[in-house]
Amino acid sequence: MLRYILHRLALIVPTFIGITLVAFGLVRLLGSDPVALLAGERVMSPERHALLSEQFGFNRPIWEQYLDFVLSALQGDFGISIRTKTAVLDQFLTLFPATVELALFAMLFAILIGIPAGIFAAVKRGSWFDQVTMGAALVGYSMPIFWWGLLLIIVVSGMLGWTPVSGRIGLQFFFRPITGFMTIDSLIHGNWPAFVSALRHLILPSIVLGTIPLAIIARQTRSAMLEVLGEDYVRTARSKGLSPRRVIGIHAFRNALIPVITTIGLQVGMLMAGAILTETIFSWPGIGKWMIEAIGRRDYATVQGGLLIVALVVMVVNLFVDVLYALVNPRIRVQ
Amino acid sequence: MTEIASPVPPKTGNLRWAALREFWRYFSVNKGAVIGLWVFVVTVLIAIFAPVLAPHSAEQVFSKSILVPPVWQQGGSSMFILGTDAVGRDILSRLIHGARFSLAIGLVVVTIAMISGVTLGVIAGYFRGWVDAAIMRVMDIILAFPSLLLALVLVSILGKGLFNAMLAIALVLQPHFARLARAAVMSEKTREYVTSAKVAGAGHIRLMLVTILPNCLGPLIVQATLSFSNAILEAAALGFLGLGAQPPTPEWGTMLSGARDLITRAWWVVTMPGLAILVTVLAINLVGDGLRDALDPKLKRS
Repeated sequence: MLRYILHRLALIVPTFIGITLVAFGLVRLLGSDPVALLAGERVMSPERHALLSEQFGFNRPIWEQYLDFVLSALQGDFGISIRTKTAVLDQFLTLFPATVELALFAMLFAILIGIPAGIFAAVKRGSWFDQVTMGAALVGYSMPIFWWGLLLIIVVSGMLGWTPVSGRIGLQFFFRPITGFMTIDSLIHGNWPAFVSALRHLILPSIVLGTIPLAIIARQTRSAMLEVLGEDYVRTARSKGLSPRRVIGIHAFRNALIPVITTIGLQVGMLMAGAILTETIFSWPGIGKWMIEAIGRRDYATVQGGLLIVALVVMVVNLFVDVLYALVNPRIRVQ
Repeated sequence: MTEIASPVPPKTGNLRWAALREFWRYFSVNKGAVIGLWVFVVTVLIAIFAPVLAPHSAEQVFSKSILVPPVWQQGGSSMFILGTDAVGRDILSRLIHGARFSLAIGLVVVTIAMISGVTLGVIAGYFRGWVDAAIMRVMDIILAFPSLLLALVLVSILGKGLFNAMLAIALVLQPHFARLARAAVMSEKTREYVTSAKVAGAGHIRLMLVTILPNCLGPLIVQATLSFSNAILEAAALGFLGLGAQPPTPEWGTMLSGARDLITRAWWVVTMPGLAILVTVLAINLVGDGLRDALDPKLKRS
């Protein structure tokens, strides 16, 4: 196991170098004027251009700039936004909990519905329930989620008035953030109405962000279950006279769970992409909205740093999922 | 089965025809796939004949008819069947013309991503060694970024617009083709027919393109279908965020970009373009599911 972890860690190094190269190169190679891009300005005097160029270190050799970029990143310095005069990492850290909270609720929604739906569809293969569920899953998988969000706002918030349209919590509630998670913070402060408000704000964004993962998990669970249900050990369990519930719940489901866990782990990158759209629609103050706004005001110091941090987070989470997977499934370790 | 098991050895033409017929037999078992194919064909026809079918031009402004509701709702007009948008343009006409953009986006993106991805994947799988390592590391790095975020940043630096959006999406979709092609080539490379072609004196390029590649087509076709629908979704998302096709282009995602402010006043402006995206993408994904079942020999008859 230790060997597997070390091997997996070694693979991180080229990926890390690649990610930093991309983040470093995008602004310098593709843009017409990297100084203007990083400063977030369109027009500037030659003097200011020269000053900023000096400040960003553009007069030094490119490998030195890159080395500096990587070493700073390793020390947690991902640049400073010229516009807002704040460190990119600080901005990220204040907004990240909002995205994590949203993503966790979205995955909770996807898993709680997707896994049971997939199991029932597999057990009742070919039934109307199976067909309707798989049809719905394909619709969910094909969903333009930004439109889905707008539609839900029209119906649930607009026509029915059940949920708020945007934001994380009612404006009347204000308390010092402790964890950055509105649901947890409101409970720590013992503010029950605030907790309810936070939950109500989470409903629609979680559904929107969770729709595609839900569809993928339901399909994956069904096919994993179908595969396992045809195995000899399930037939043995059946012929021993065990109740169908026990056969499905214990003998089949446990083994079907392995590919499902991988699928869930693979959704992390997808959740980040989905968060960009979901947060834009619901004015959710998280990483996705932050990146879009930085792009909008041409604050490329923030874009560059943010892109790098997000990619690193996805990389670390994927590493974590792989190791977890190897713990659950010994076959992986041997390879 | 009876007509296929004929004792007479068929000519090549017949063989191809028989293969196609066998494919259709497996494909048509899946009712959803057949429906998806029909919807897709209709969409293609709508795109081709857009100028004939659309009641108005996509950009014609009827300044006296702003936010007219659809024809079945009170205040609707038979002149604008699906209503008009905030500037007074006919939504139905814009949707019909928009079909051209979505299909063109899918086609261009998949072509670019497939050609470059398959080329890289075949080279990697054929030569192995450091070439393989280098190519696949680059693909891994592209996959390390959330695709939409990478596409967004690329487009914002290259400049807003449909062409750059298509390039960016092709770039983020290409690793999937490269991985598939590489895996397929690696599993085919050691087969006897490849060795025999090599012994017969076939060069590297001939071996890669003529001998091996045609036998790896199945999974690549399925991936191309899935990428086609993905490309439409991502391009629409970029358009929605204001970085893809620019207004007044009637691209479906771009049509939604200003619509958030109208959700309480004019539901039809928001609903219709998204529905068009959903139906098209769903149809293509249905076809993709059917293709996978028909082309994947492991799943056949299961």
